[in-house]
Amino acid sequence: MSKVRVLVGTRKGAFILSSDGKRENWQVSGPHFAGWEIYHMKGSPADPNRIYASQTSGWFGQIVQRSDDGGKTWIQPGTPPSEPTSRPEGMPKGESNKFVYDVSPTTGKPLTTHQWYDGTQHPWEFKRVWHFEPSPNDPDTVYAGVEDAALFRSTDGGKSWHELSGLRGHGTGPKWQPGAGGMCLHTIILDSQDPKKIYIAISAAGAFRSNDGGSTWTPINKGLYSQYIPDPHAEVGHCVHHVAMHKSRPNVLFMQKHWDVMRSDNSGDSWQEVSGNLPTDFGFVIDVHAHDPETIYVVPIKSDGEHFPPDGKLRVYRSRTGGNEWEALTKGLPQSHCYVNVLREAMAVDSLDKCGVYFGTTGGQVYLSADAGDIWKPIVHDLPAVLSVEVQTLP
Amino acid sequence: MIRVVLPSHLRALARTGFEVEIEVQGSLTQRSVLDALEARYPMLCGTIRDHVTKQRRPFLRFFACEEDLTHEAPDTPLPDAVASGAEPLYIIGAIAGG
Repeated sequence: MSKVRVLVGTRKGAFILSSDGKRENWQVSGPHFAGWEIYHMKGSPADPNRIYASQTSGWFGQIVQRSDDGGKTWIQPGTPPSEPTSRPEGMPKGESNKFVYDVSPTTGKPLTTHQWYDGTQHPWEFKRVWHFEPSPNDPDTVYAGVEDAALFRSTDGGKSWHELSGLRGHGTGPKWQPGAGGMCLHTIILDSQDPKKIYIAISAAGAFRSNDGGSTWTPINKGLYSQYIPDPHAEVGHCVHHVAMHKSRPNVLFMQKHWDVMRSDNSGDSWQEVSGNLPTDFGFVIDVHAHDPETIYVVPIKSDGEHFPPDGKLRVYRSRTGGNEWEALTKGLPQSHCYVNVLREAMAVDSLDKCGVYFGTTGGQVYLSADAGDIWKPIVHDLPAVLSVEVQTLP
Repeated sequence: MIRVVLPSHLRALARTGFEVEIEVQGSLTQRSVLDALEARYPMLCGTIRDHVTKQRRPFLRFFACEEDLTHEAPDTPLPDAVASGAEPLYIIGAIAGG
């Protein structure tokens, strides 16, 4: 029977929730890296026991962790416990948390600043990894989306990282600016049908696409409207919160923008609003059903000033028509006095026959619906604030 | 040998106890101690000071002999008691009260 493994990043450590395919009885492992913020964990599709985790702290910076046994044990890539911690030839290890921006004359020169909160220019400063996206084919190749916004890649299992500087080299960098959570590259989507095509999204710059494996990039924000920026139709500057795609239909993208739920049917070349009858179109998460590419999920949040559900009712909204027509999913979710948030990385789906949908809250609950959203129940309800949720469906 | 006390999260990373002992070549300064510490425990690279600029991370502070040495220049000699091993150099994560 199939199994599922839920990777939960929280403000105070990582947790791994495991169950068989019935998804009724759960084993909880953790906290791993207790006391540290775990922004994201994700398993390799090519080797599900290979998991990458972003461990970060305002005090001590970024640590990259890797497990090769499904989360039972962890190493900092390049510094496994069985090896000596230093070598005579110098400093071969401890490089896995070294994210250095490309400052070469050809690409680095025009990339040295972005827009700061007060409108002045500010130098790029690395803060943390928001998202790991392992290659679908190679367990040692993994992409990292970082704050301040840039895309890095490792081809040695996370031991060393190199920036794909063509993204910042696009030339619009001076117009990018941090959102309230920082200037983060939070979404990375690898097109499984076209290995050269990569989508990323940045808050607050917008979405970008590369057709050549990450060398060059195009902003794909036509149709986005953000009334809180000087030019609401600008090429860049939009606060995109998350983007999702169904792997069977890579030209169709769904976006939860700061405000507005959007859809593109042409790989991001243009977008249309599909917020429809949502009670509010502010929110962070968006995801697609594993087997039905027209079924999508969001969790409406009241506003950017009030990061909690409208009316104190935690409701997932499902559209079976790819947007515009939405139904509230409430069974099993608190319908009074609920003031949690659901952050942008904190929703995921499994690929079992009856698609499971999972999301985590800032109140420490991880909810599951094992029937595509009809009925929900908490797997755990007292974790630290949940930052990210990913799911692995295992044989 | 020079004694260095690490904050608890860095002890966990380096898989050490409360205090580590390291050998430092040449003059004893913040810079030479951190160089030696990172050479012995490379997983600490980037956690105390920036990989490239070598600037101290903002929320960490250095103390020894009941003195705050945080804002001393990196190449200022450390107190004799640290050099002799009588006192440790403390690396402390800043804590806000309230």
